[in-house]
Amino acid sequence: MSYVKPAFRHPELPRNELGYTKHDYEGGLSTLCAGCGHDSISAAIVQACFEMNIEPHKVAKMSGIGCSSKTPAYYLGHSHGFNSVHGRMPSVTTGAYLANRDLIYLGVSGDGDTASIGMGQFVHAVRRNLNMVYIVMNNGCYGLTKGQDSATADVGSVSKAGSVNPFDAIDLAGLALELGGTFVAQSFSGDKHQLVPLLKAAMHHKGFSFINVLSPCVTFNNNAGSTKSYDWVRDHMEATATIDLVPLRTEITTAYDDGAHQSVELHDGSTIVLEKLAHDWNPRDRNSAVRALHAARDEGRILTGLLYMDEDRPNLHEILHTTSEPLNKLTHVDLIPGASALEKINAGLR
Amino acid sequence: MEPTKTSNPEYYHKVVDCQYACPAHTPVPEYIRLIAAGKYTEAYIVNWESNVFPGVLGRTCDRPCEPACRRGRLEDKEEPVAICRLKRVSADNRDEDLFQEYIPQGPFPKNGKRVALIGGGPASLTVARDLAPLGYEIDLYDEQPAGGGMMRTQIPSFRLPEQVLNDEVGYILNMGITTHFNHYVSSLQSVLDKNYDAVFVGTGAPRGRNLEIPGREEGAANIHIGIEWLQSVAFEHIHSIGTNVIVLGGGNTAMDCCRTSRRLGGSNVKVVVRSPFAEMKASPWEKEDALAEDIPIIDNHVPLEFVVKGGKLVGMLFDRVAPVYDEQGKRKLVSTGEEPVFIEADDVIIAIGQENTFPWIERDLGLEFGKWDMPVVDAITYQSTLKHVFFGGDAAFGPANIITAVAQAHQAAISIDLFCQGKPLHVRPHPMTNLVSAKMGIHEWSYDSMVTVDDRFKVPHADKSISLKDRKVEVELGFDTHTGFLEAERCLNCDVQTVFTENRCIECDACVDICPTSCITFTMNGPEEELRTRLTAPATNTHQDLLVSDLLKTGRVMVKDEDVCLHCGLCAERCPTSAWDMQLFSYYSPKAGAAS
Ligand SMILES: Cc1cc2nc3c(=O)[nH]c(=O)nc-3n(C[C@H](O)[C@H](O)[C@H](O)COP(=O)(O)OP(=O)(O)OC[C@H]3O[C@@H](n4cnc5c(N)ncnc54)[C@H](O)[C@@H]3O)c2cc1C
Ligand SMILES: Cc1ncc(C[n+]2csc(CCOP(=O)(O)OP(=O)(O)O)c2C)c(N)n1
Ligand code: SF4
Ligand code: SF4
Ligand code: SF4
Ligand code: SF4
Ligand SMILES: [Mg+2]
Repeated sequence: MSYVKPAFRHPELPRNELGYTKHDYEGGLSTLCAGCGHDSISAAIVQACFEMNIEPHKVAKMSGIGCSSKTPAYYLGHSHGFNSVHGRMPSVTTGAYLANRDLIYLGVSGDGDTASIGMGQFVHAVRRNLNMVYIVMNNGCYGLTKGQDSATADVGSVSKAGSVNPFDAIDLAGLALELGGTFVAQSFSGDKHQLVPLLKAAMHHKGFSFINVLSPCVTFNNNAGSTKSYDWVRDHMEATATIDLVPLRTEITTAYDDGAHQSVELHDGSTIVLEKLAHDWNPRDRNSAVRALHAARDEGRILTGLLYMDEDRPNLHEILHTTSEPLNKLTHVDLIPGASALEKINAGLR
Repeated sequence: MEPTKTSNPEYYHKVVDCQYACPAHTPVPEYIRLIAAGKYTEAYIVNWESNVFPGVLGRTCDRPCEPACRRGRLEDKEEPVAICRLKRVSADNRDEDLFQEYIPQGPFPKNGKRVALIGGGPASLTVARDLAPLGYEIDLYDEQPAGGGMMRTQIPSFRLPEQVLNDEVGYILNMGITTHFNHYVSSLQSVLDKNYDAVFVGTGAPRGRNLEIPGREEGAANIHIGIEWLQSVAFEHIHSIGTNVIVLGGGNTAMDCCRTSRRLGGSNVKVVVRSPFAEMKASPWEKEDALAEDIPIIDNHVPLEFVVKGGKLVGMLFDRVAPVYDEQGKRKLVSTGEEPVFIEADDVIIAIGQENTFPWIERDLGLEFGKWDMPVVDAITYQSTLKHVFFGGDAAFGPANIITAVAQAHQAAISIDLFCQGKPLHVRPHPMTNLVSAKMGIHEWSYDSMVTVDDRFKVPHADKSISLKDRKVEVELGFDTHTGFLEAERCLNCDVQTVFTENRCIECDACVDICPTSCITFTMNGPEEELRTRLTAPATNTHQDLLVSDLLKTGRVMVKDEDVCLHCGLCAERCPTSAWDMQLFSYYSPKAGAAS
């Protein structure tokens, strides 16, 4: 029996500004199938948090049910976490976010967890602009329950058993755009060069950040004829842009081709620099994003990268004018302001 | 970079750091696994095949394998596996009857060839062991009364008990070797006259260097040459020494002299050495052992003269020096200009080096001598310019150590065998290699792939109050079998190779993500120097190779830095397509009689 991860790490692993190595952002040893795309996304999350110098205790990992939803056990072993029931990650996160706005909410879900049982929850999380990162590890099937077609399986996609999916797929990114998602992206588990900066940008973004990550189920949906297999995705991927996140106060040193590059400034002062690859697309114009997505779908391409972002829409706390302090930091004085405060309120209602 | 040619066994051989560094290429991880399995006799056999004297070497080897051991590179404070002392565990616990079943038993059918061995040290004994089973008739000549060479005459009993040596010398001499002990060969011609098919010279480097400074002659009665003195102690011609002893020199011989002096009545023994402590030639563990026996080591002192009063040695004068290094890092010892230091002494032992000397080889035999009056010897075949005379061990290229002598002697034996068959000596036999999958099932390998976190275990020592009283009491007690097991578990099994098959890889990154030590990268190819800068973790140890695959589907290559791979097998566990497999690589150095 060898299935224990050794304690040793590379002796020259780089350290981030907090003095941590990547090792400090790891979690338990994965029990997913060998080669599952979800594991690569976990590794990208570890890398992104390491590079962003995130203090692990400032993160809450949220998930539902599914192979994808198991992954929080495999990264950020020193962070908070909540593994909710199937499809209920958004509402649990909503509650947690309302109670404590200071944490980074990193939600992961599956295509089953989101596009089937959790659909009702998902759309409201987008609509309310929760300040969270919502990752769908999208493999077009219910991996955990042995590979049934999910609602994101493409029409005509062939399952491992040979059956052809008769239904049109729900396009989660398109849906998020439609519902006013303020950061919408697509990526592929096998492309960390793209995924890591997207994750970093999503964590910087103050609002609902949605990343639909194609993540092959190596066991049940990696066969010929599947449109969510490693080979298919690699052959049909097209990127909107190369993406680079330049943190606050860092000089932009890379030379970008002027006509094709676009910078998006984030509220915290960081900048996303996009080297555009797709024409007629503007990440700040929702219509152009929708058009680009539709055009790609019509041509059988998978458009990846940042599709759209809007830094100006208020998030849930701003909309509701809730307290700026996390609830667990409120003291007696804040919570029981006394009779005079009550008088004031009553007077306002007269 | 070009795709790595793993079909060349030297690639995987180099990954097994310890075995690669061992001059005799002992399959270290193989015997360590056998020890962990409690198969001590089998572990002993693996050693005996390669290094001939496992019991001796398990106590005395210079262990070049240990600084090379991968385990020592894992973390700053991580120490190598105690490879050498594990060897002793196999020797201490072997079953004599079982061992005899494994080894070739004479009498061997004769092949009609006769070989003379001059000298009976580890080099000659190794040649004897390799050639006797092939049918060679062997005559061994040594001026000493018993075999073993310096293992007997120099290495003190408190490091190497006589019985251990006798056993292992005995295994060889019992193979039907004709010994001529107490026989000093004073003329090579006389041996050549006996018409041997081949002659092997394993006479070592028998002369101890002298120190010609004022007072040397006057104090001669109490001034000794280290190796001569140790030999006299070993053969019980000397039983005592004065109370105050100075040992001159900073090598292992000096360490043996001072520790022996402590056991023969020297209560105030000091080592005085010219160089700084850190630059002394002695192995770190030898210095530690001397210090532990209350022997101060006084460095940066250059001998000026022996002080003799009333015809008797009373001490020595030293000049204090400091090391000064020039731009090339070359050291010069410069006098501090202070007053000379007097250190009292009843006896002084000079242990400042050994030299070769061949007064018994006539210079008109066609056997050429070159630089420093050393015989001209081929570094691969060990053949001299007199075609049927071969050299090995300290006699070939100057003083080294036992394992080097053994390794050279294996090569010389191969050459002698080829020579006697009229075959070309430069077509060397190949090593015997094999590569088989270690996979047994899910999460199941044929080796213990778990990596333990134990620190290196310390070998217990005998109580000083006992061992200092008797020079024959062994200081090191060896690991007991339980500690031996735990130490064996520290070995990473570097011979279980990570074998990559590119056409199976679907580039899912699972191996990259799981690898605990960040060894694996999928990236665009490039020249090695540049490639090393953009791997998952810095690949700064250029002594360790990169395993580079052929082009993959995405146009990238897989690059694995071998440097700190734990051989944990997780890459292979996590690979969905078995593009990675853990495969047990065996490498047995060729021996005489192997097909070329
Ligand atoms: C004090 C000391 C301690 C050492 N400790 C270690 C140690 O801990 N570990 C280690 O690995 N190495 C050690 N060495 C080195 C090691 O002993 C030698 O490198 C090794 O023994 C060399 O083997 P050899 O077979 O070449 O020669 P030797 O062992 O020197 O054997 C040569 C033999 O040839 C005989 N001989 C020489 N000339 C003639 C002749 N003309 N006729 C007949 N016989 C002759 C000699 O009597 C001797 O028996 C030590 C050396 C010394 C001096
Ligand atoms: C309420 C409820 N209904 C059904 C299930 C059974 N179930 C478990 S996981 C799963 C689908 C998971 O699919 P997805 O979210 O795509 O995750 P994946 O395993 O593919 O990563 C289902 C239907 C459940 N656990 N709970
Ligand atoms: S069943 Fe599919 S999704 Fe689940 S762990 Fe295995 S490969 Fe991943
Ligand atoms: S860990 Fe074991 S196999 Fe690897 S170099 Fe050290 S002793 Fe040899
Ligand atoms: S065996 Fe594989 S996973 Fe383990 S350290 Fe080596 S390369 Fe990494
Ligand atoms: S785990 Fe196997 S298939 Fe996946 S990238 Fe590594 S070698 Fe290739
Ligand atoms: Mg799924």
